[in-house]
Amino acid sequence: MLKGSLGLIALSSLLLSGTAFAQEKIKVGVTATLEGTYTVLGEDGMRGHQTALNVLGKKVGDKELEFIVASTDATPDSAVRAVRKLIEQDKVQILLSPLSGDEGIAVKNFAKTHPELTFVNAASGAQETTYVDPAPNFFRYNMDGAQWQVGLGKYAYETKGYRKIATVGEDYSFIYTQVFGLVLEFCGAGGQVTNRQWVPLGTKDFASVIAALPDDVDAIYLGLGGADAVNFLNQYQQAGGKAHLMGGSIMIDQTILSSKGNAKNALIGTIAASGQADTWEDPGWQKFVKAYQDAFPPAKRFPSPSLLATNYYGSTMALILALRQVNGDLSNNQAKLKDALAKIEIDAPNGKIKLDANRQAIGTNFVTEVVDDGKGALFSKVVKVIPNVNQTLGYDPAVFAKIGLPSRTVPECKKY
Amino acid sequence: MARFIERHPAWALIVIIAVAVLAWLVFAIWPPGLEAAIGRKRVFLNAALNGITLGGLYFLVASGFTLIFGLMRNVNLAHGSLYLFGGYIGYAVSTWTGSWILSFIVAFIVVALVGVILQLAVFRRMEGQDLRQTMVTIGLSIVFADLMLWAFGGDFYQVQTPSWLIGPVQLPLLTAIKSSGEPVYLQYPLVRLVIFAASVVIGIAMWLALNRTRIGMIVRAGVDDRDILAATGVRIQLVFVLVFALGAGLAGIAGVVGGTFQSLSPGEDTRFLLASLVVVIVGGMGSIPGAALGAVIIGLAEQLGSVYIPTYAIVVTFLIMVLVLALRPQGLLARR
Repeated sequence: MLKGSLGLIALSSLLLSGTAFAQEKIKVGVTATLEGTYTVLGEDGMRGHQTALNVLGKKVGDKELEFIVASTDATPDSAVRAVRKLIEQDKVQILLSPLSGDEGIAVKNFAKTHPELTFVNAASGAQETTYVDPAPNFFRYNMDGAQWQVGLGKYAYETKGYRKIATVGEDYSFIYTQVFGLVLEFCGAGGQVTNRQWVPLGTKDFASVIAALPDDVDAIYLGLGGADAVNFLNQYQQAGGKAHLMGGSIMIDQTILSSKGNAKNALIGTIAASGQADTWEDPGWQKFVKAYQDAFPPAKRFPSPSLLATNYYGSTMALILALRQVNGDLSNNQAKLKDALAKIEIDAPNGKIKLDANRQAIGTNFVTEVVDDGKGALFSKVVKVIPNVNQTLGYDPAVFAKIGLPSRTVPECKKY
Repeated sequence: MARFIERHPAWALIVIIAVAVLAWLVFAIWPPGLEAAIGRKRVFLNAALNGITLGGLYFLVASGFTLIFGLMRNVNLAHGSLYLFGGYIGYAVSTWTGSWILSFIVAFIVVALVGVILQLAVFRRMEGQDLRQTMVTIGLSIVFADLMLWAFGGDFYQVQTPSWLIGPVQLPLLTAIKSSGEPVYLQYPLVRLVIFAASVVIGIAMWLALNRTRIGMIVRAGVDDRDILAATGVRIQLVFVLVFALGAGLAGIAGVVGGTFQSLSPGEDTRFLLASLVVVIVGGMGSIPGAALGAVIIGLAEQLGSVYIPTYAIVVTFLIMVLVLALRPQGLLARR
């Protein structure tokens, strides 16, 4: 299955770059989760990447960008293996990687062993990646999972009137980070999180997890993604579940909202927060949606780009623009490029993005609610737009450091 | 039964106590102390039922696998691909015709045909060469996986559950008594019960076919000694093709079941291949009752594990396999 998807992508990039064989090339390695639970997320990430290339082109001065794709399966070792292969066998000079949370932490640590190369994070969102001991050559143009939850806790408490919630999430760093952001804000507003359930990534049978959901809560927060989310919803429907739901950033996303079957209808009315909202009216966002829709036939894409497509678009855009600023100069261990990447401010489809001192994005966040468009397609409708969200979520850095790193039990449910 | 008690009094006592404890856990109202220690009874009952119903699905996949192995001594590592292919066929049929039942029939027939082709074109040419067959089936499973990715993409597919099966039913099992004295009964998804019942029916039908019919007698004779059976004039190749078709068809049905209460996507093929390997290793290679027992044990271990020790749930399955391999390497119900 790996070879199939790689073959297709390799073929398409070959066709696209066929005219440019005489020029000097800059080789960029890209990884995406084209296998396992997050396959659909990886595929749409690659669509976002391709959309960026369509819009921006692949020329940097008189050089041509060449992209080499490797597949991972959301586990850290698969990501390191793919990145190592791209560097050692394909001799790439720049990496656009990885997609998933645990992968991000592993690739960041690996980046330190290759200080001469440049790593641009593609979409991963664990807090630890850029917050703890960041690598000087690792740049992240998307927000982390906690930033993507900003606004949700308050909205749930104040507008929806939820007082007690429970969470179910996949047992790895990105979801820890998402729950971290949610709990901090919801408990800060006065709410209670009574129970946090963690399931292994790739769980197929959620029936027992569903049975163990508490029934004395106002809402249940779902931090699941990809196949896990679809399986959960399917079995939730079969079990006759009726609770109010809240969703994480990859739960309420086109990867799930446009899955086949009707289990997804349980999500109508669910509130969520993410780095994007499908129905945002901003012209930049609408232009991106149009470019995405034009790039692929309707059967080969989602009705609207997923968060992964947006992230891959943003990171590809940042890389190409920075490369153009330095005219493709990679001399002196890519010092000029790194400098440009650290300083660049991009006008991404989902709002302006700039980097902080840890090379972590400061950007815009969206609180959303799932709506039916009347024809059976589900979209996330924007409820609130929150600009300038930084990694410490507006907390004083010293206070934020005391909360601890996101994990199964951190943060505690209290006001910090 | 009586003989077992006479020969192993200690074991019999342990079994009786275990059954009694289990019956009490299922039927009694749990005292508050117990609920505080290990959680609510509803959660336990649900997990136990889920384990058994998941075992039903595992049995469907593993029974075909073990049947093929038992007769032909052929470890078909492309069995997972047959499962996934059956699921995709079922999905296509049910979305096209809207009939859930029909999708089972078509999936069974189509995947059984694939099995016939496999047997005629591949396995017949390398009879008795275990290693070669194993390598070829690994290769085939990779090719099939790529072809299916090409045809169906990386999306998740779900076979639509018919509307009369959606939602829970009330089971006559008490989970608690409300403070008002009103009893609370267990709610359980109907579709899982139906699927479990179907796999029990299939299991019993298979057992009857093997033990009460002439074909079954030939198959059993073939399991014991292929060469002598062939020497008596039975057209053994035809029997092989039939058994392979049946085993493959069962995997196809299991694919539709899996697509109904879980989902279909690339990677499911290897997951179910692994599951059926574990099941038949625990139950005993080539034994149908062994596959049933193994399937229920693995299903229960997965589900109870995911509730009571979520962090180590994945390890439990393999621990059981290691224990069985260490203490009874031929499997729990193997004859030899």
